[in-house]
Amino acid sequence: MTTGVRITQGTFSYLPELTDDEIRAQIQYGIDNGWAVAIEFTDDPHPRNVYWEMWGMPMFDIEDAAAGLFEVNRCRKAHSNRYIRVSLYNATLTKQTIALQFIVNRPPHEPGFRLHRQETTDRIVRYTLEPYAARDPHGERYDGSE
Amino acid sequence: MGDRKPVESPPLGPGAPERDTAEVYGTHEIEERFKDLADPLRDIPDDADVGAEGVFEDSHIGEVLESLDRDLIALAEVKARIGEIAALLMIDRLRRRIGLEADVPTLHMSFTGNPGTGKTTVAMKMGQILYKLGYVRKGHLVTATRDDLVGQYVGHTAPKTREVLKRAMGGVLFIDEAYHIYRVDNERDYGQETVEMLLQVMENQREDLVVIMAGYKGHMDRFFSDVPGLSSRIAHHIDFPDYSVDQLMDIALLMAESQRYRLAPDAEKALVEYLELRMTQPRFANGRSVRNALDRFRMHQAIRLYKSAERGRKLTKKDLVTIEDEDIRQSRVFEGGVYSLDSSEERPDPS
Repeated sequence: MTTGVRITQGTFSYLPELTDDEIRAQIQYGIDNGWAVAIEFTDDPHPRNVYWEMWGMPMFDIEDAAAGLFEVNRCRKAHSNRYIRVSLYNATLTKQTIALQFIVNRPPHEPGFRLHRQETTDRIVRYTLEPYAARDPHGERYDGSE
Repeated sequence: MGDRKPVESPPLGPGAPERDTAEVYGTHEIEERFKDLADPLRDIPDDADVGAEGVFEDSHIGEVLESLDRDLIALAEVKARIGEIAALLMIDRLRRRIGLEADVPTLHMSFTGNPGTGKTTVAMKMGQILYKLGYVRKGHLVTATRDDLVGQYVGHTAPKTREVLKRAMGGVLFIDEAYHIYRVDNERDYGQETVEMLLQVMENQREDLVVIMAGYKGHMDRFFSDVPGLSSRIAHHIDFPDYSVDQLMDIALLMAESQRYRLAPDAEKALVEYLELRMTQPRFANGRSVRNALDRFRMHQAIRLYKSAERGRKLTKKDLVTIEDEDIRQSRVFEGGVYSLDSSEERPDPS
């Protein structure tokens, strides 16, 4: 079996996986800035898939990153072979956007993407990426061992 | 078994013969293997300076204990216990500095005592104290009662309790009247779930939050005997005794001072009499009764001043800050009590 593709996205996409202490420090940074902490998960690795499923409510009223990490670990336990990310949301008027977002969990094996070439008129070729994992139905991807 | 040779890997499992570890491995090998455990500090001389002065100053421990002493009347036992905790945490920090690891000490507490004996006040201070000592990371206090923790229907309790626990992380979770959480006579009560979650977090996330449970002594004792394993997870059981008249007087004067009031000499005498009477009457709530009484006296004073100003008298600063004898003597307490036998109806506040 090939090694697959390690999917990266978000703020620290160029770094190796963050350790728990690093995750804790990042969440604390967000809390200290007054940002809300949200945890999301998905089994669809396509880069255009922006709407991931929420793990519980976003946390607006926590003081300490231990609470964020607590939820990250609960989500990891429930969805060990899915992508999980932490989003820190800046709710300030005129900002109202994600300020910081990073992946904290990924499936053990990431098969990568198939490249589709679609021949159209006049020798034009359209390219499409399709995740191999998305061939299985939602919820049964990544070995289906939920 | 006597002349059998030592084997390399001893058979394991239930059928394995019992032998000394030393017999199997040889004493020399054991010493070699565990020499790290025997003395992790062999590189540090026994008389090395650990820099206690710096840590002592950093922690502001003296400051904290002083302010505790100043702001809280009496409660000698409580203060002594906090002093012990502070000392332990500081020594722990010194030990860690030279590499002596130890488990995070358990700091969950239970405060028992009658109403108004200062449980909530101490809990509030505890957050700050533990923060200054570096035990908790934020030091805020989250107050919760049964309503905040226990749900209304199946599946409601766990998320509710979890929310509260998450909010309290990094600080202190203060559960007032904790015995309400669990009702032993109703086995379908959802409180059981809350208790289980609390127990789990109290055990596994000791470094993330400190739980303080408070309530009246008898009820709390019953609660602890109904929930096995809870009492032993709470390291500090602190009992808050009732105050004496002198202590209540000190509290009253401190409260008055913090609100910028002064008691006239006559008024102090009247207050002593008031307190002595009030203590014998029902629904006496120690410090809280004193606070309520002060609020009443302020109202009486305000009316007195208002009336005299209406009559054309000029008010001075002295008038505004002084509570007079008559402000106190107006109280119904002097007429044989708020709840005398002939009045069966309930009145909202005893003062």
